Amino acid sequence: MTAIADQPTRPAPGPAADEGLARRLKALACTAPLHDLDSRKVNLAGEYASYTMAEVGLAAIDLVTLNMDFDTGADRDIVLGRLLPRIAAQNPGRAVAEHERVARWVLESLINVGSVDRGFRAVYGTFGPDGAYTRRDYDFKLIEEVPGQDGGVYLRTTDEAVNVLVGALDTDVTSAQIAAEVKLEVLIRRGRLADAQLAAEQARYRTVQYAETLRRALEATRRNVRAVDWMETVPDLIDEALDHIADRYRHENAILTNIRRARDESVDGEHKRRAAELVDIVKDCIRRHTQLQTRLLEAGPLFRAEQDRQAFAAPTARSGIDLYGQLLAPVLTLPLGDATRPTDAFFARATGLRTPVAVRVADLVDLLLTPPVEREHLGAELPEPDLVATPDDSRFSEAQLEAALDLLDLPADAPRRLSGLLADARRRARDLDDEDDRDGDELAYLVALLAVHAASPPVGTAYRQGEERLLFAVDDGTRLDDPGFGGADLIVGSALLDAAGMAADRKDAKGTGTAA
Amino acid sequence: MTTTSEAWTPPEGEPAAASAAPAPISPADVAEAARLVSFGLQAKLLPARDAEYGELVRRYREDPPFGRLADAVATGMGLVVLEVSARAGMAVAAAEDSVFAVRMGDYSRRAASESADRFLHGLAHLAVAALAFPRPEDLADDGYLGRVTVNGVDAFVRQACRRLEERAEAEGTNTDPASDAPGLEAAWRVWARRSATGATKDARRLSGSTTGIVSKAVSFLVDSGFLQKTSDDSGGTYRTTARYQLQVRDLAGGAAMAELLDLGVVPVSDGTPTLAPPDESDDLVADAGLPFHAL
Repeated sequence: MTAIADQPTRPAPGPAADEGLARRLKALACTAPLHDLDSRKVNLAGEYASYTMAEVGLAAIDLVTLNMDFDTGADRDIVLGRLLPRIAAQNPGRAVAEHERVARWVLESLINVGSVDRGFRAVYGTFGPDGAYTRRDYDFKLIEEVPGQDGGVYLRTTDEAVNVLVGALDTDVTSAQIAAEVKLEVLIRRGRLADAQLAAEQARYRTVQYAETLRRALEATRRNVRAVDWMETVPDLIDEALDHIADRYRHENAILTNIRRARDESVDGEHKRRAAELVDIVKDCIRRHTQLQTRLLEAGPLFRAEQDRQAFAAPTARSGIDLYGQLLAPVLTLPLGDATRPTDAFFARATGLRTPVAVRVADLVDLLLTPPVEREHLGAELPEPDLVATPDDSRFSEAQLEAALDLLDLPADAPRRLSGLLADARRRARDLDDEDDRDGDELAYLVALLAVHAASPPVGTAYRQGEERLLFAVDDGTRLDDPGFGGADLIVGSALLDAAGMAADRKDAKGTGTAA
Repeated sequence: MTTTSEAWTPPEGEPAAASAAPAPISPADVAEAARLVSFGLQAKLLPARDAEYGELVRRYREDPPFGRLADAVATGMGLVVLEVSARAGMAVAAAEDSVFAVRMGDYSRRAASESADRFLHGLAHLAVAALAFPRPEDLADDGYLGRVTVNGVDAFVRQACRRLEERAEAEGTNTDPASDAPGLEAAWRVWARRSATGATKDARRLSGSTTGIVSKAVSFLVDSGFLQKTSDDSGGTYRTTARYQLQVRDLAGGAAMAELLDLGVVPVSDGTPTLAPPDESDDLVADAGLPFHAL
């Protein structure tokens, strides 16, 4: 009854409409930092009017979202680096240093480096149940900085930013993903690659978001076993996610085959390029799924280990204060003004004590009058290292290696038997009259070693390095009749390699390698 | 008690005389008692590492009049004796208004002027303790060694904040604070809003970020002899000392609880030994977020 009496005094139509308005105001606020970029660029020292900052800002959010990894966020330098081509294209005449400055400025503005919270705040008003108008603060971040495992600082886009970016992503991730995949497949089949690329990119955003949801769930699990329902919810979640991955993997591989065909059969250059980009996007999706799957498989053993350690420990007779349940959690729910009282009380008693410093005037005088210790700019002199020549303990001398290689420098059309080469080696060693070499056995030994090595020639290496000839050895079953060595009498020969042809092949392979 | 006195051969039957009729206090005894308190003020020093300290701790435990004397010296200096034992040494804490007490203004200049920062610094200490002793049993068990990491503490509080946010959303309440009354903002929002970390020009930790605040708290506790650094992993990994457990269990926890009770927010315990209901699945209580994993 009283509500009806109050109604005429209320200017707003009702709380539901008010809430909707607040939601739209918040959504609008999220785009404000982007508009702000363009209006604030005049404050930069220099001529920056020709850059469209909002575009760079959106691109930055895009890049951070796509470079976010499962564990950490995106690397700042990578994001800045990938942002440069777009900035450079906006103003090709300017120096690279200026482009870099723009990239840094945009990124820092989106983080809002100047503020303590490194975030943004928008003010909006609502009507309370009693009709009173209240101004409220809406705090949000677009890009946040998170600590990485290695101690570095990484970037992550927040949910707000993702919503600004692709809009209305706040949906059931699984069903949205399936819809996007189906759409993509149809588009590819019809050859509408421009639309397909858009759909594929959306699918990738969803994949990222799916990974993010799961990452949070798993993180919570790692932190606290009992906080998460390990009887039903989590196993269901993991099963669902694994099914999802298996399903998507099959699906995306099918799409990949389809686009590859589109890419190879297409004659239109633009078409080909789009198809190649699509291939990249879908491959990235597959990579992310694999990453997700690894994490999912680790979750079970992690739970069991934590369960072991936490739940099966022998209980102690006494009990202490439950610091989380009785202190931390209730404190967090208090209004800030009240919450400071318990935290102050805790702080005063849990920080320990500090012994106050007592100064004697005599010490102070001494201290002040002591001249500062001169420090050598370059530091202490390094002692000259005493170098001792290490004895040359290699088995074969340079001359021997040279002689052996000379012997094995066979013409391509005339392979030789190992037995003949060994005989040659002994003869040559005698001719050289090498004092170290007893009866030429050392040289023969080296030749034998090289020949055996050539039985498995490093074709791959030679191919990659573009070498023109390659020593090889083949066993045709003939036994080696030699006083020093036993085994097969190998046929040793040189093979000529088609260096030019190989180079061309390599280039081809690289081209298809990145596209495939 | 009997075994120790048997193992240790008393010189000229002195303890027997002390227990029979209290010997008059000599200035030398007072000097020794004050010496023990001065050892206690050096929080990083352990009786096991210093023979004189060890001897004085033993005398405190075996010679009650000497013990009372040492307690009196400590009280007179504005100290509270928590425990005197071989594992913790003479564990003393600063009484309120004592010259030894740490003041928030000396701890962080920003905290003196900004109520949000004051809260964040206090909460960081509370969170370090909560993560170091996640279960009530851990706080009670003298043999328990807690482990905390800087990133772990931040993530732990953030998770708690996220739960509160989710709960508020489920209830449909608008948690955005009123603009003109910053003191009425829910406390969890202050932590959630602050950035976790941030890039700085000189590659140091951003002091205003939550990991910066936690890292300041743990390094301060290291200086107090409450934590020991074990590695640089996850922003710094630390383990607790016996003194920290005593300080939190016997002093800080109770004081903060008293403040909370005063505000009328703590559900009063029904007197059962386990203060937290173990089956309440939506509470982090029992084994709240341990930052390390049994491998």
